[in-house]
Amino acid sequence: MEIDHYTLVAFAKTFGLFYLMVMAGLATLYALWPSNGKRFDRAAKSVLDDEEGPCR
Amino acid sequence: MINNLTVAERQWALVVLLVGGLIGLTMAAVGAGEPFGAHGFLVLFFCAALFFPVLSRLDEPEPSPHAGRSYYDDPIKVGIILAMVWAVIGMFFGLWVAYLLAWPDLTIDAPWASFGRLRPAHTTGVIFGFGGTALIATSFHVMQRTSRARLAGQFSPWFVLLGYQLFVLIAVSGYLMGVTQSKEYAEAEWYADLWLVVVWITYFVLYLRTLARRNEPHIYVANWYYMAFILIVAILHIFNNLALPVSWAGSRSYIVWSGVQDAMMQWWYGHNAVAFFLTAGFLGMLYYYLPKRAERPIYSYRLSILSFWGIVFFYVWAGSHHLHYTALPHWVQTLGMTFSVMLLVPSWATAANALMTLNGAWHKVRDDATLRFMMVAAIFYGLTTFEGSFLAIRGVNALSHYTDWTVAHVHAGALGWNALLIFGVVYAAVPVIWRRERMWSNRLIEWHFWLAVLGTVVYVLAMWNSGILQGLMWRTYTDAGTLQYPFIASVLAMNPYYVARAVGGTMFFVGTLIGIYNLWMTIRQAPAADMVADHPVSVRDEAGERGVPAE
Repeated sequence: MEIDHYTLVAFAKTFGLFYLMVMAGLATLYALWPSNGKRFDRAAKSVLDDEEGPCR
Repeated sequence: MINNLTVAERQWALVVLLVGGLIGLTMAAVGAGEPFGAHGFLVLFFCAALFFPVLSRLDEPEPSPHAGRSYYDDPIKVGIILAMVWAVIGMFFGLWVAYLLAWPDLTIDAPWASFGRLRPAHTTGVIFGFGGTALIATSFHVMQRTSRARLAGQFSPWFVLLGYQLFVLIAVSGYLMGVTQSKEYAEAEWYADLWLVVVWITYFVLYLRTLARRNEPHIYVANWYYMAFILIVAILHIFNNLALPVSWAGSRSYIVWSGVQDAMMQWWYGHNAVAFFLTAGFLGMLYYYLPKRAERPIYSYRLSILSFWGIVFFYVWAGSHHLHYTALPHWVQTLGMTFSVMLLVPSWATAANALMTLNGAWHKVRDDATLRFMMVAAIFYGLTTFEGSFLAIRGVNALSHYTDWTVAHVHAGALGWNALLIFGVVYAAVPVIWRRERMWSNRLIEWHFWLAVLGTVVYVLAMWNSGILQGLMWRTYTDAGTLQYPFIASVLAMNPYYVARAVGGTMFFVGTLIGIYNLWMTIRQAPAADMVADHPVSVRDEAGERGVPAE
């Protein structure tokens, strides 16, 4: 099969859409997964006391 | 500082500098009389200037064996100072061209001082010199603190920081000598590009190795942004700069892409230089320094992850909006436009997340100019990303493209978002890194803040007016169907705005000089903080999580 401009266009317009939606879905699942909440909270708070800084 | 390197690291540094010096000497010999030869001398002097100080301290005693238990801040100190030096150099070139545009008679008829050479010296000086050095320095700070781990190795941080300086020096000096491959924000020629690849891969490996040593279970979101910045800039840089040198002894090269492919590659690179250099990396800064300074965790950590993936997914498709109404296939232009509009969602989610973090800390914003720098930067981030999505729409772009509206847009981003954030971050980080109670003068920070904000506002308003006026004058037709205004009429109409822009730029520049003075005085004179030395925890159990006493 010859790969020409139209082949690439068709690929971009079909697969491109779905892979974007799948990746968006995966990112959303990861961000909103309930059991990740505790780990995120801990990470968000832990940066606040990561060093004894003079600029409090 | 050199004494903090182990003897083995000093020896290794000497070997690398010797090899670098020999390469410089070879370049100087084969390119004698040409800019390539001049760059050879630059490389030679750069390596020599580092070689001799290291050589003279080769026999100094080994550093304390306990040094490995503290964070490694020496390269951060040098990086912050270098970033501020680049700010002055880059903004000086910008101010120069601003005055030239307002008063063209000020030119000193020398080839190196022509607008076409000064302008890339300005953009490279501020974006790569000031912004890039600040990104490297702050990433060293953030990666250590959020990982509670010391930098992996002491040699590679210096290699990255100083190797990057050599790249920017070659680039900027090259433009003044007329060496350019004529790709915006990628003007540097093939040998500078190859060198940057070496430096950049070392940077990425250093980042991964430091994260691998982390004592935190989760990789904090700021690191994700910094890593997206490093990784994607590497890919963009390599693909956009694939070029064949005319000879190994000259600066000229030809890009392998041709025609509209080259244009598409260039703007895929160009827009993502904005996206990953000036946005992702800077969001890494924001997500660490803003919560830290406000002493409040980020408003929504989940939202920060969602916006991270949104920004990363969408931005890589947006570049083709730079090529509306060109030979680029229409659907590719539309794709770029669509993704640019979609980008508004994660961009505003990010800006809102930053501002919501300040809820409950607004009294600090009022009292603390350092935090205010970051707050105003987040506002400008929101404004500029809105404007960017808007300008990417084909119909709006028809009016705005090739006018000063674009200049207004990039400076709302570069001054209001990037530079203000760096200043806030520098004022937050310097006392921590140098172990000072505070900056030398809070009053000077206030002066810097107001000069920078007002300078930005004057600049951006002037260019908005100028750009829209230009766009309208270029598209106004008479009843007979001819253009109403000759081009030169639009040039003359710009003059008052160019004067106003020079005034705004001057205010911003004076603010930067005040910042440098304050930085210098802080290092020299601010009272030392009586603090417990910070050190990363080496044990992983819960009780040992804190490397420092509780508040």
